[in-house]
Amino acid sequence: MKLVISIAGDNLQSPFDARFGRAAAFCLVDSDTGAWTAHANPALEAAGGAGVQAAQFVAGLGARAVVSGAYGPKAYASLSAAGIAMHLAPGNAPRTAADVLAQFQAGALNQAQAATQDGRH
Amino acid sequence: MRIVVASGKGGTGKTTVATSLALVGGESVRCLDCDVEAPNAALFLHPVLDRRQEVGIPLPRVDTALCTHCGKCAEVCQYHAIAVLGQTTLVFPELCHGCGSCTRLCPEAAITEHLHVTGVLEGGLTADGLEFARGLLQVGEPMAVPVIRELKRWPPLRRPALEIWDAPPGASCPVVETLRGADFALLVTEPTPFGLHDLKQVVGIARALEIPAGVVVNRDGIGDQGVDAYCADQGLPILLRIPMERRIAEGLARGRSLLETAPDYRPAFQALLAAIQDRVNTEYAP
Repeated sequence: MKLVISIAGDNLQSPFDARFGRAAAFCLVDSDTGAWTAHANPALEAAGGAGVQAAQFVAGLGARAVVSGAYGPKAYASLSAAGIAMHLAPGNAPRTAADVLAQFQAGALNQAQAATQDGRH
Repeated sequence: MRIVVASGKGGTGKTTVATSLALVGGESVRCLDCDVEAPNAALFLHPVLDRRQEVGIPLPRVDTALCTHCGKCAEVCQYHAIAVLGQTTLVFPELCHGCGSCTRLCPEAAITEHLHVTGVLEGGLTADGLEFARGLLQVGEPMAVPVIRELKRWPPLRRPALEIWDAPPGASCPVVETLRGADFALLVTEPTPFGLHDLKQVVGIARALEIPAGVVVNRDGIGDQGVDAYCADQGLPILLRIPMERRIAEGLARGRSLLETAPDYRPAFQALLAAIQDRVNTEYAP
């Protein structure tokens, strides 16, 4: 399954970025084979609507699930509409995308059931 | 002739100057309060506001029976206010600027526009027969520009020979929208570092819009010489100085215009208006 992890870097060993709409980049991983590619987030410097733009971008990558630290209301609505599962990697502990992938594969990450924070303009 | 009174820094005396100019402008003046987030010129002009119109932005509505989820609307939206995800087209009203691009470019004609009310226009005459109108942005709405745009488009009661537009403070989109289409930018500042800092920002906007500008120094006598030095350096004319006077502040606090409190200023404002008229005529002379 194609999974997107929000990252601050350009590879699977990059630090996990707990923001979704304003993540620096996204690591697209095939959770079955471990093959990955990194993609800069086009919404990083959006004036507004970063969550919407980022959601459209990851949907365009063909992702079926996302792991991030938080989802705003517009990101949540957009990812829900696209049928993309939103997983939460909680806490502020420093970790790499590979660590988060391992947690996901172990089934240790819960899904967000609603937006986890208020929107920002 | 359209004169915009702007300042950058808030509380420098925009409304004091705008209302005074309107009061010496004669009967065919229209004064617009474009500070739609906190309009206060009516406090000094005391108009009877008997005209009212709701305004807002046209929000897209998608006909799900016609939409093919082609994504054209999302592609053309600069604000990410409309998104196509799988078999769903989502509209985010709080991001929409009402530009109409999605509606016009939808290949299926699946989008129609519906007014989303974000504010109201109010207008009427003062006891002196001066036409006044203002916009009021609804509390909680983030975008002032559409209300300002509609206020400027609102048909006047009679064709005004002189328009005075009182701008919002700051140097962001609402100020730019107010300045658009003006013949002259009258920039009110105070001789302090804050006043100067923000004056520079609105001077930049006026220049980008190619609108001739002049300066009014209010509370003259306080602060420092920075504004004078900057204006001299930039070739910006200082058209009026209003000294720091307690009686003016007391009058304003009681809802009286500057000219009501201090009628001795009337000739100075008449001269200011004439000076602006001269500059605009020179600017646009063939």
